[in-house]
Amino acid sequence: MRDTTRSEFLVTRLIKLAGYSAILFIGLIFLFLLLEGTPALFEIPLGDLVGDRWYPIEGFFGMLPLIGGSLLVTIGAALVAVPLGLLTAIYIAEVAPRSARELLKPVVEILAGLPSVMLGFLGIVALAPYLRRLLDLPTGLSAFTGSLLLGGIAIPTIVSVAEDALDAVPRTYREAAKALGATRWQIIWRVTLPAARSGVLTAVMLGIGRVIGETMTVMMVTGNAPVLPTGLASLFRPTRTMTATIAAEMGEVANGSVHYHALFLIGILLFLISLVVNLLAASFVFRQRTRAERVLS
Amino acid sequence: MNGTKISVQNLSLSYSDGKESLRNVSLDVRSNAITVLFGPAGGGKSTLLRTMNRLNDLTDVIHVSGKVWLDGIDVLDPATDLIALRRRVGMVFARPVVLPMSVRQNLTYGLELAGERNQARLAEAVEHSLRAAALWEEVQDRLDDPAISLSGGQQQRLCLARVLALEPEVIMLDEPTSGLDPISTGKVEATLQDLKQNYTILLVPHSVQQAARTADHAAFILDGELIEFAPGKDIFTRPQDQRTEDYIEGRFG
Amino acid sequence: MAVISQRRHLIQRAGFAGLLLATFVTVAPIILVVGLILWRGAPAISLEFLTAMPREGMRAGGILPAIVGTFWLTLGTAVVAVPFGMGAAIYLSEYATDSRWTRAIRIAIINLAGIPSVVYGLFGLGLFVLFLNFGTSILAGSLTLALMTLPVIISTAEEALRAVPQSFRVVSISLGGTQWQTVRRIVLPQALPGILTGVILGLERAAGETAPILFTAAAFFLPRLPSSPFDATMALPYHLFVISTQVPGMPIALQYGTAAVLLVFVLGMNLLATIVRSRARARRQW
Repeated sequence: MRDTTRSEFLVTRLIKLAGYSAILFIGLIFLFLLLEGTPALFEIPLGDLVGDRWYPIEGFFGMLPLIGGSLLVTIGAALVAVPLGLLTAIYIAEVAPRSARELLKPVVEILAGLPSVMLGFLGIVALAPYLRRLLDLPTGLSAFTGSLLLGGIAIPTIVSVAEDALDAVPRTYREAAKALGATRWQIIWRVTLPAARSGVLTAVMLGIGRVIGETMTVMMVTGNAPVLPTGLASLFRPTRTMTATIAAEMGEVANGSVHYHALFLIGILLFLISLVVNLLAASFVFRQRTRAERVLS
Repeated sequence: MNGTKISVQNLSLSYSDGKESLRNVSLDVRSNAITVLFGPAGGGKSTLLRTMNRLNDLTDVIHVSGKVWLDGIDVLDPATDLIALRRRVGMVFARPVVLPMSVRQNLTYGLELAGERNQARLAEAVEHSLRAAALWEEVQDRLDDPAISLSGGQQQRLCLARVLALEPEVIMLDEPTSGLDPISTGKVEATLQDLKQNYTILLVPHSVQQAARTADHAAFILDGELIEFAPGKDIFTRPQDQRTEDYIEGRFG
Repeated sequence: MAVISQRRHLIQRAGFAGLLLATFVTVAPIILVVGLILWRGAPAISLEFLTAMPREGMRAGGILPAIVGTFWLTLGTAVVAVPFGMGAAIYLSEYATDSRWTRAIRIAIINLAGIPSVVYGLFGLGLFVLFLNFGTSILAGSLTLALMTLPVIISTAEEALRAVPQSFRVVSISLGGTQWQTVRRIVLPQALPGILTGVILGLERAAGETAPILFTAAAFFLPRLPSSPFDATMALPYHLFVISTQVPGMPIALQYGTAAVLLVFVLGMNLLATIVRSRARARRQW
């Protein structure tokens, strides 16, 4: 009897420790990034940091082209992923027959599991040459190719979260509308979708978050040219994202050099951006039941 | 013969949201008898039961005052051994909650929690408790089936047997037959009459009729207050308080 | 009236067709991708490919070191992430009260989940490789991947634990059980399939990631298999990355072959998770 209380005490303490470890880790990550990244703020004049040339070998650390590249690719990907993802989610949740649903959901989940390097690989050997021929471009490695692939990567996230949200809309809403004579189509757009609004928004934000953070695919197919995007035509020219910059150049920097710190500074920026996006996404979904509700129900 | 098993003295209790659940309740529960707590929903009957085995600790209870004596022990004392308390005071809930295991494992669960490992003793407890709950005949060949495969009435009697396996002193039942058909309800009520020879029984009935059928003593609880407490044969025929009479007559509920 | 409703139904049919089209556009490429890699990769896969060491600067021979490396990295990730993740999930689901600290933990987990994988790689480089001096190693790579996998495991495990009906816990406590006894005997076993599914999917992701191991574990060409956690290692995703971008004259068949091995591995884990999930659903007793 005594043993159980002592081992119980120990186990409870360990579990509590594990729980708090999450705070520890996130704090640690942020701390380290700050530690290695803020020196860049002192070593590189602020004006240079917002310059439009990223050419570390010659001492140019303008981050604008990188931010622009990330923005360009993200917007392009969103333009692909959001409509396709939402429409697919609506189809799966509201229109598809049960048997089709059971098939479609796993297939979309397969896409979620595909490693980004694999998609990047296909981008290089299949998609880019194809686009080059199709659109008569000097190279198929461009922001456009990246957008297409990244859109594909974001779609499963959007589909699954949005589909959950649509599924969660109470049956009674739909039935009430039906009793008033609405067609299924009308119900979808006037009843279900508005009711699932917050979940759908979360889905989109999480999808965008996924895109911002992607590294390998963009590194492999966007051409790796840190040039500030200037117009629509830039979509079809090579570009460089923040993530690809870190991945591509980290292996070659000297530990402690200005370049090293600058890359960590980009890391801080990425960390903060994803923080904002994910907090926004989480704020849309806030479910909490009090303990009393849980016990007495 | 019938001494006092549980003595509630000036018990008041409120939740964290300010809702006052019990107000200055005092009553004596006699041993070897069925004491019934009846009254309209939300009046605090379940809360009162849950106070006796400190199950309220799991909820957002903020303020508790008063004393609840089980024999010589104050149940509300922070130093009380809750594990031992809950084995002495068992509880059957409104909807049958069978654990996701076999019939046999449901019954041995409580004993295994207590550290009992002897297979022979466990097997004996299984049969003994099933007989006491009048369930042995029906499930003796199905002991290793999943408990969820039993009918609703059988599941509820299984929950009763599960409590009995721990050899408690007090059995509390919170609307145990509310989801059951009349035949199962009758079986449960008959079982309680048998059990009261050896146990103290506290029952929250799901209807006034059930209260009248089963009560040796009955307490009418309204809005957290104990309005009237009298022997069963008296309170349902000659209630002293107008509110009690109104409730029994069905003028509100 | 009839005319209006006929028009509405026409709109609906057109609309549904549009939705179907969108779904097709989404789903067809997936099947295309899988099909293409398997079709063009299958010819390259042979026993030699899977079990031999590479030759001629990766242009011939097998990819055994990459397979072995991915195995060790995944195992290392599991060993660290699963205990921590389950512990945190159990804490959040069963023990935590609604306090400021609990909310902080949840916010921290949400943030951890959203950090780009390359930022994890940076952190791993800074802390494990350099500061703690583990060097480019399986250890550093596993720790980095474990950190990245932690939020996934915590959230799926917590969801699985919460799905277990509260009534079971109340019954267990009312029979004289302690909280840990309740968790160990009822909640955890019932949640296990869901937790397992989450773990498998989390590890699947870790196995396929390149960015976190770029600077923490991965080496391109190692003449021998890793012999200790402090060795650097090859890994499937990293290998695919290098041979498709940095090796001139790399036979395309071998590139597809490597991609195919990675794909089969990922699909296999997906399948495993699905099987676990559906078997659990069938055997559930509540």
